[in-house]
Amino acid sequence: MSHISPVLWEFLVHWLKNFAIFPPEASTIAPYADALYFALVGMTVTGLALVMTMVLVFSIRYRKERHPEAVQIEGSTLLEATWTLIPLGIFLVFFVWGALLYFRVFNPPPNSMNIYVVGKQWMWKVEHQGGQHEINALHIPTGVPIQVTLISQDVFHSFSIPAFRVKREAIPGRYTTVYFEATTPGKYHLFCTQYCGTNHSAMIGWVYVMTPADYSAWEAGNTSGASLAQNGERLFASVGCNACHNGSATARGPNLANVYNTRIRLTDGSTAIANEAYLREAILAPSMHVPAGYAQIMPTYQGQISEDGLIDLVEYIKSLDSNYRIQQMLNKSQISSAQASTEGKTVPAQGAAKP
Amino acid sequence: MSTIVSLPDQSTAKLPAKSYLNQEYGLKSWLLTGDHKRIAMLYLFSITFFFVIGGVLAGLIRLELLTPPADLMATDTYNKVFSMHGIIMIFLFLVPSVPATIGNFLIPLMVGARDLAFPKINLLSWYLYMGGGLLVLATMVLGGVDTGWTFTTPLSTHYLNTHVVTAAMGIFLAGFSSIFTGLNFIVTIHRMRCPGMTWFRLPLFVWGHYATSIIMILGTPVLAITLVLVALERTMNIGVFDPSKGGDPLLFQHLFWFYSHPAVYIMILPGMAVISEVISTFSRKRVFGYTAVAFSSVAIAVFGFLVWEHHMFIMGVSQYSALVFSLLTMLVAVPSAIKIFNWSMTLYKGSITFETPMLYAFGFIGLFTIGGLTGIFLATLGMDVHLTETYFIVAHFHFVMVGGMLMAYLAGVHFWWPKMTGRMYPEAISKTAAVITFIGFIVTFFPQFILGYLGMPRRYAAYPADFQVLNVFSTAGASILGIGYLLPMLYLPWSLKYGEIAGDNPWQATGLEWQIQSPPLTENFSEIPIMDHEAYDYEWLANKTHHEVQTVG
Repeated sequence: MSHISPVLWEFLVHWLKNFAIFPPEASTIAPYADALYFALVGMTVTGLALVMTMVLVFSIRYRKERHPEAVQIEGSTLLEATWTLIPLGIFLVFFVWGALLYFRVFNPPPNSMNIYVVGKQWMWKVEHQGGQHEINALHIPTGVPIQVTLISQDVFHSFSIPAFRVKREAIPGRYTTVYFEATTPGKYHLFCTQYCGTNHSAMIGWVYVMTPADYSAWEAGNTSGASLAQNGERLFASVGCNACHNGSATARGPNLANVYNTRIRLTDGSTAIANEAYLREAILAPSMHVPAGYAQIMPTYQGQISEDGLIDLVEYIKSLDSNYRIQQMLNKSQISSAQASTEGKTVPAQGAAKP
Repeated sequence: MSTIVSLPDQSTAKLPAKSYLNQEYGLKSWLLTGDHKRIAMLYLFSITFFFVIGGVLAGLIRLELLTPPADLMATDTYNKVFSMHGIIMIFLFLVPSVPATIGNFLIPLMVGARDLAFPKINLLSWYLYMGGGLLVLATMVLGGVDTGWTFTTPLSTHYLNTHVVTAAMGIFLAGFSSIFTGLNFIVTIHRMRCPGMTWFRLPLFVWGHYATSIIMILGTPVLAITLVLVALERTMNIGVFDPSKGGDPLLFQHLFWFYSHPAVYIMILPGMAVISEVISTFSRKRVFGYTAVAFSSVAIAVFGFLVWEHHMFIMGVSQYSALVFSLLTMLVAVPSAIKIFNWSMTLYKGSITFETPMLYAFGFIGLFTIGGLTGIFLATLGMDVHLTETYFIVAHFHFVMVGGMLMAYLAGVHFWWPKMTGRMYPEAISKTAAVITFIGFIVTFFPQFILGYLGMPRRYAAYPADFQVLNVFSTAGASILGIGYLLPMLYLPWSLKYGEIAGDNPWQATGLEWQIQSPPLTENFSEIPIMDHEAYDYEWLANKTHHEVQTVG
């Protein structure tokens, strides 16, 4: 055909090269999601085949030419029960199967590496623990469970990595999390899937999955010099938090050391867990988060600290917690041990496999 | 192929001397009418008008998506085009499609009444619909709106400077139109059934509309309130949904989907109602499992209110509430399955013919089965995470709404056209149109399931090149589909003047509406009928015809 119309030929070649019908499987969750998908496709094909067979066979067997007089039938309780209970049973199997997968995606193992992602019109800002910043790109190592903590600074966005089969909304004013563990080095699509205005379709990027060795190299080469916690420490001083939260016996604010993930009693008698969401809220709306025994004197920081700054502060407060620090160190050693195990069989990561 | 169509002798047949169409003449007699049949006609014209606009916008969307970059129009324009397509097709076409046209025309005829309970409210509902429609048109003329049909906050309240409030008020007005229609149907079905018309002698068409009306009345006010809150936040900066003003962005999602999920049942139940009538008539058999089909409509209406959160599984709702809503969503799928199996079994030992409405009904069964079963993918929590907000959603929704509802609507229009106008359309060409529509539909929307699993997000003006091949298929299919919809718009008006005279009962159907002249008198029945048999009683019809032949002969 190439001698008939070279243009058309080029067009066809281009097409066939770009003809994808199945996304790459690049996370530990992907095979589970795909198994569920094929089971659902199987159910759909079976159901459709059943209905189509009934319609076709009856249409041929009982068309007017062959069957001029209809036989009136009232119905059948037995049949009604059959086609109520069997579909219900099948649907319930999928309910349980789907729920198991859902809880897997949204409940990360406690030792996962945390990466913050802030969505804004129209870009993804990624903040690594070590202070590496990226825009519309996410570099991650294989073999390490990763928790992405999402927040939006304007409207709803949605963080979607089809190759990992995961997706989560980035909600204004609220942290959400998603978890995955990449398995195959390569370059994969990152999309915003929640309509967010003019350049919604430009709010896309790439996820670079690297071997632990390559990741460590990337991490070292891209650091901005200060980790999130260190940035937070600086901000903590510059906006004057340390005037009250200084840990001394006479301080007007509570001591923040070892406060992360503990249960706090508030002045109104209720209790709350001091997780990331709580810490963020307590900075923005302190009057609603006064610990018992303290006066409400802290001013609000709503509109004064950006989401990135809040992340830094939250990370700083977390770093004051000894348990959390130990866990961070374990994560580091996890990456280096994963690195050790893949040493010698390193694959070129970046752009190696096209999804 | 044999047929059951029996038309009167064309050389002597005439349209009835008096009917609702020639009772009065002049624009005023139409615009001030209280006659449910004339109001149905007003609705038919208006929704067709909006369908054409929505369809052209759909065509523009498919053209833009032919190539990966946003080259046909700017992204802003594309956003406006898909928003207007959604708003027009859902609120101005799908919601009123079957109930306000075919339902309006038929419910009094089917229950044996002279009109709906509140003729003036019925007319008012058309004016509200037109008011809403004009506001939406005004939105388009003024420069459009780019919120998507879902009006997601805080995007719609603070981050766009398009005509959000105008569009929202248009939908607000149109919402009242559907509340009034629902109110009218419920009162009519309760209070105005003719002697002998017990609940279980009602045609299933009426049961379907009863269930629809319940949702219209209970659900639509929530949408109205939500839109008012959006308008208040937008114009007066009251912080209801915007977190930077102390609002809760998830609250909007809850309120919006509390209406908009039941609303998809507003859109599909009347279609199911049509299918029951059509399948029964063309297989000459009563509907298999009448009570199961009737109660499954009511079950859908009730369960439909309890599943809205399945639109929010990845939005940070509690994981345990997601479990509950996933389970309830699985339950709501069951009544639809029951209906599909009952329709299929109705064909068993029937005497089947394949006229145009039956072809559309077969299309409905096939496409709705796919649409319904792919809904299970989305109700399955872990699968929804990957599929939601992609083209899988788009494909699923269009399989149910276009493959299901639009097929059913066309089945209904073709089925009752002879009753509404007194004339038949050319069968050969209308059957062709049904087949073209089916093929065009599959080619358009099936590739979108695959695109969805690949992860292509919806509402993208530009997309990565890997997705192009499937998008080209989809656009090609859309052009076939366009032809399928264009044909009825040509031959149906043509038939008004040149079609064969249909006579009272061209399909040999059993419903009360087929036992009177076509087109009917303004007062429907010269004397109120007495219902002395079950619905779909073909023996009764045969005896009646036999008796008439004897007395006349």
